[in-house]
Amino acid sequence: MKGFINLIVSTDFVYSIFRVMTPLLFASMGAVISDVAGAPNIALEGLMLMAAFSGMYFGYLAQSAAVGLLMALLTAVLFAGVLAFFTLYYRTNIILGGIALNSLASGGTVFLLYLVANDKGTSVSLASKTLPNINIPVIENIPILGSIISGHNVLTYVSVLAVAFTYYLLKSTALGAHIKAVGEKKEAAESVGISAVKTQAAALLLSGVMCGFGGAFMSMGYVSWFSRDMLSSRGWIALAAEAMGRQTALGSAAASMLFGVADAVSNAAATQGLPSDLVKTIPYVATLVGLTIFSVRIYRRQKEV
Amino acid sequence: MNREKTFNILRTAVAMLAAILVAFLIIILVSDKPVESILIFLMQPFSSGRYVGNIVETAIPLIFSGLSMAILFQAGLFNLGGEGVFFMAGIVGSIAAIWLKLPIFIFPLVCLAVGAGTGILVMLVPGALRAKFNANEMVTSLMMNNICYGVGCYILNNMMRDTAVSSLVSYKYRSAALLPTIVSGTRVHVGILIALLCAAMVYVFLYKTKWGLQVRATGANAKFAKYSGMNVMKVILLVHVIAGAVAGCGGIVECLGLHKRFEWTALPGYGFDGAMIAMLANNNPLGVIGAAAFVAYLRVGADLVSRFADVPTEMVSILQTLIILLISAEKFLHKYKQRWMEKDIQIKEVQHEGLH
Repeated sequence: MKGFINLIVSTDFVYSIFRVMTPLLFASMGAVISDVAGAPNIALEGLMLMAAFSGMYFGYLAQSAAVGLLMALLTAVLFAGVLAFFTLYYRTNIILGGIALNSLASGGTVFLLYLVANDKGTSVSLASKTLPNINIPVIENIPILGSIISGHNVLTYVSVLAVAFTYYLLKSTALGAHIKAVGEKKEAAESVGISAVKTQAAALLLSGVMCGFGGAFMSMGYVSWFSRDMLSSRGWIALAAEAMGRQTALGSAAASMLFGVADAVSNAAATQGLPSDLVKTIPYVATLVGLTIFSVRIYRRQKEV
Repeated sequence: MNREKTFNILRTAVAMLAAILVAFLIIILVSDKPVESILIFLMQPFSSGRYVGNIVETAIPLIFSGLSMAILFQAGLFNLGGEGVFFMAGIVGSIAAIWLKLPIFIFPLVCLAVGAGTGILVMLVPGALRAKFNANEMVTSLMMNNICYGVGCYILNNMMRDTAVSSLVSYKYRSAALLPTIVSGTRVHVGILIALLCAAMVYVFLYKTKWGLQVRATGANAKFAKYSGMNVMKVILLVHVIAGAVAGCGGIVECLGLHKRFEWTALPGYGFDGAMIAMLANNNPLGVIGAAAFVAYLRVGADLVSRFADVPTEMVSILQTLIILLISAEKFLHKYKQRWMEKDIQIKEVQHEGLH
């Protein structure tokens, strides 16, 4: 137990929180943007999985991490576009559309993985590229703080920027105002000349961009390969974070951090010989408890009114 | 039959056809001998009793999960917890099948009851949170899936694991607990009869009882149901109880029907399959049987192609996606629907005038 506590207060542990938080931050921002627009994207998991595969594969083909990242973004945006097309134009229920995309991602990536790597588990046989870690000058030399903040994958810093971007987008841009208006009351927004379809499509595509970054981080930063269903429910946890963060950028980021901590604790506990099967459920239990507390609070408040 | 219903059936048929055409396309792109592969995909599943048996045995869990989702969808609930329920019911039911000692006939029934009970308990977590506090049942049920998986693996690893075998499996079930095979030469087990019985019971519940009416009314318009005096909270709880019992039954039936030990090392994937089956069936419990049979046919076909030719089985998930997208698309073939319905009105007008 002492070893466990030592591990948790170490700088490595705090560093790892940022690492596990990165995909959650991206995905929860994707969730915020789409949900505020009234088009909840539950395909985050699938979009990230497809982006992770695409980043790994094209990075390998071109032997360039930048190409991989670009293709990861394109793939996620493309399939976010497919979701937008079906839900906005063909009026597919967006939840069912999301389920469909997740199923496509889960099976489709294994299908393609088998074709390109002749393996249904991982892509380790393909020498794919990773995105660089960045040491921040000056800060990297500060003791403790330096080893926590500096030296992360470039996308970890981008994920913090993504939160700032989402906050700014919803707070002070015209598109953000449109997104909020359409999500609040579609008919009212349309009556003043805002196109609900265009706005929701833009929101879904933006959530696709976020998923592209999140997926690229998984296969080109978190680890250096693709493996089947490698997102292991991060997309769903991000949805829970967004629900707890009450559809705000900063709230969802804070909730993502909480889940990041839970995830890091479970990783650390597993290395200490605690029962790993149970320890792995910590982030999910934390999500369930968090969501319950959040719902109870809302329920109480509504009752008082 | 009115034209709207006919149209829905037509649209489902078009979606199924599109799925099969896309399967051709994938095979042509991927396979070295496309014609042969396509023939295997289409025909081989019907070529022998054993393969037809494969279709039936594949359809059994799909019927259970499809029924479970159909009930939830009918009540307007998006609970995707079927995954966790299947797994957990399999684990707890297996404990009963390993350590209880009961006479034949009664033993499997007790195991089924244990599985169904587990399913109810697992489903009630998101159900109760939704009914009481309006917590989003989709997110909570997905969390429950992962929690069930972790807890289930813990039980499997620490209590049930047969260390005499190298792979991660439980001790053997007692033979009296197994569900007997009913067609010789195949693995089709008595679970198919239980599945059909369940489908009939769910149908009667939804369409012939007062409670079923309340479920459907809640799904159609929860506010209206509430203001007309229905207890929506009770309906939500009841729906989760039934969905949990059906899915839990499916989990343990699958274990006792096909396996001698508990063999799942990952979530079996039936939760999301159920959503697709329910949609294919338009949430009708009897339609679920046909939808499950169709998807089982696709799977057996894809499995045979991957075994006898060179196309990975995962092709199926691409087809399934297409089916979900097309069937749930309200505007798909909408233009034709409009024309079709208008014709109906014209015919009625003509008949009406003829009366005068």
